Amino acid sequence: MSNSLETLAARIDAHFGERMRRLPSGCGELGYVVARDELLSVATTLRDDEQFAFDQLMDVCGVDYLSYGTDEWTTLSATGTGYSRGVERKPVILDESDTFDSERFAVVYHLLSVRKNYRIRLRVYTGTENPPIVKSVVDIWNSANWFEREAFDLYGILFEGHPDLRRILTDYGFIGHPFRKDFPLSGNVEVRYDEKKGRVAYQPVSIEPRTLVPKVIRDDNRYSADLKDARKDG
Amino acid sequence: MAEIQNYTMNFGPQHPAAHGVLRLVLEMDGEVIQRADPHVGLLHRATEKLAESKPYSQSIGYMDRLDYVSMMCNEHSYVLAIEKLLGIVPPVRAQYIRVMFDEITRVLNHLMWLGAHGLDIGAMTMFLYCFREREDLMDCYEAVSGTRMHATYYRPGGVFRDLPDSMPKYQPSKWRSQKKVDKLNEIRQGSLLDFIDAFTAKFPACVDQYETLLTDNRIWKQRTVNIAVVSPERALQLGFTGPMLRGSGVEWDLRKKQPYEVYDRLDFDIPVGVNGDCYDRYLVRVEEMRQSNRIIKQCVDWLRENSGPVIVDDHKVVAPSRVEMKDDMESLIHHFKLFTEGYCVPAGEAYAAVEHPKGEFGIYLISDGANKPYRVKIRAPGFAHLSAMSEMVEGHMLADVVAVIGTQDIVFGEVDR
Repeated sequence: MSNSLETLAARIDAHFGERMRRLPSGCGELGYVVARDELLSVATTLRDDEQFAFDQLMDVCGVDYLSYGTDEWTTLSATGTGYSRGVERKPVILDESDTFDSERFAVVYHLLSVRKNYRIRLRVYTGTENPPIVKSVVDIWNSANWFEREAFDLYGILFEGHPDLRRILTDYGFIGHPFRKDFPLSGNVEVRYDEKKGRVAYQPVSIEPRTLVPKVIRDDNRYSADLKDARKDG
Repeated sequence: MAEIQNYTMNFGPQHPAAHGVLRLVLEMDGEVIQRADPHVGLLHRATEKLAESKPYSQSIGYMDRLDYVSMMCNEHSYVLAIEKLLGIVPPVRAQYIRVMFDEITRVLNHLMWLGAHGLDIGAMTMFLYCFREREDLMDCYEAVSGTRMHATYYRPGGVFRDLPDSMPKYQPSKWRSQKKVDKLNEIRQGSLLDFIDAFTAKFPACVDQYETLLTDNRIWKQRTVNIAVVSPERALQLGFTGPMLRGSGVEWDLRKKQPYEVYDRLDFDIPVGVNGDCYDRYLVRVEEMRQSNRIIKQCVDWLRENSGPVIVDDHKVVAPSRVEMKDDMESLIHHFKLFTEGYCVPAGEAYAAVEHPKGEFGIYLISDGANKPYRVKIRAPGFAHLSAMSEMVEGHMLADVVAVIGTQDIVFGEVDR
């Protein structure tokens, strides 16, 4: 990690202490987990305090950690139905549960300081509530407006204080939040032209989801932390 | 006398000046715009979700289709993110090739932008001039990857193959006689590098030609000067990047400030605007074309002098060559594993950004150690720019909306993803 980022990390530690928990560093980038209630105060300080000066919000995105770290390829016996045989498909339930796992949804913010030339990443978990909700940062960085609308549209994360939280990318009248991991890739409805009604009509999808390449997780010791460090030093 | 009221107007999605499928709901007071509400998503293809359901290397082709006028720059950001996670660095020749094609792509994009922007506000000739030069650059794409647009040329660890020794040539047909074809093929006799070299020699004169048509043109200035002025503070607040930010006078270019590949070894300047209006953004982009031309020339010179591998020699990530695969058992196994399962990327997250012709194009990748990305987030510059549409057109006339869409350089492939 570069020197300027290390200095920044030291400053953040000194200023925020426990309020920002550093993520394990990967790829020379700096990331922090911020508690949901702290978000606005942390964000304001990061923007206004001269020692941080994060004047630009590059990106806001939702993440659904539902199937993080689980692979799909679990079968031990062979069948004739191709790769899909190994993939367990659970029926899609549209947000029926009252609560979520506390680390299921997260909102990730990418900040950039044009003046100081560094970047930082903030991750905020939305907690157990259904629907997931976080405070909006629109008033701190105006660019958050559409990014938050997108996260709401695709993940169903609500942003408290957002002036105009409408769907943005999906169709008018769309049901569900398509980027959640329990939403099928093929969707739930399809459209066709109805001759009799003389207009486009919706119906349940007629295709079945298919897995061409199953998701597998393989441990590769070339990437283990000690070896990577050793390579850099040597 | 009839009472005059505010009314709402629908612009697009099927409008030639909407640059694709933009639907704008405009609240008008007479001919003055009070508020604009862009409705996007008509081209939404869920690229990110599709990428999450495929092995890493199978999504490179999707990236081309995001911003479909600057294809290779999109790929670049995606492969950079994968390389960051894998911890591999492409060979230096591959880096030069990437930079050269990034700049060719920048010229491609700016030519498309200039042609369309000109056409939108009344300069028909621009479109024809720009497409004339664009054609040559498309041929470079074709020579190197076989396709004129969606190249899928960048790969994690380098580029797909080295630069070819010959250019694709025109064939005589019912519509083109042998004589015409011979004339067209005259500059296509040498290698790709010769062709690009010849292009860099003639291109500055072409840019001069565009400028004689527009820069001091009275109508052009009336349509762009003091239209959609954005102050530097607002530009930063609104998440502007690239020429939109530089047009407002903020000196920020990732190629200089956070150099990737070999940009730190190349000599070029960053143009910056003063007033932050459509005219300044026009000047910035035109100057960028000249600077890109300089970079291309430097890359051509370097690539002529230096040969070497163009992709890393790590068969856990890069497939072995066909020849190797056919007579070596281990290569066959690598080939089989790479094309059925792909490679697993160590768990972690990375954000890789490049200076895309439109601004900062970033890919945020989360990996959980699997052969497919866990989350791909595409940070498209056009998305942030379009979100500022309302602020930029407020108080302007209806006809200026078209100038603002043009100056934002909107392409719906990346806005809607």
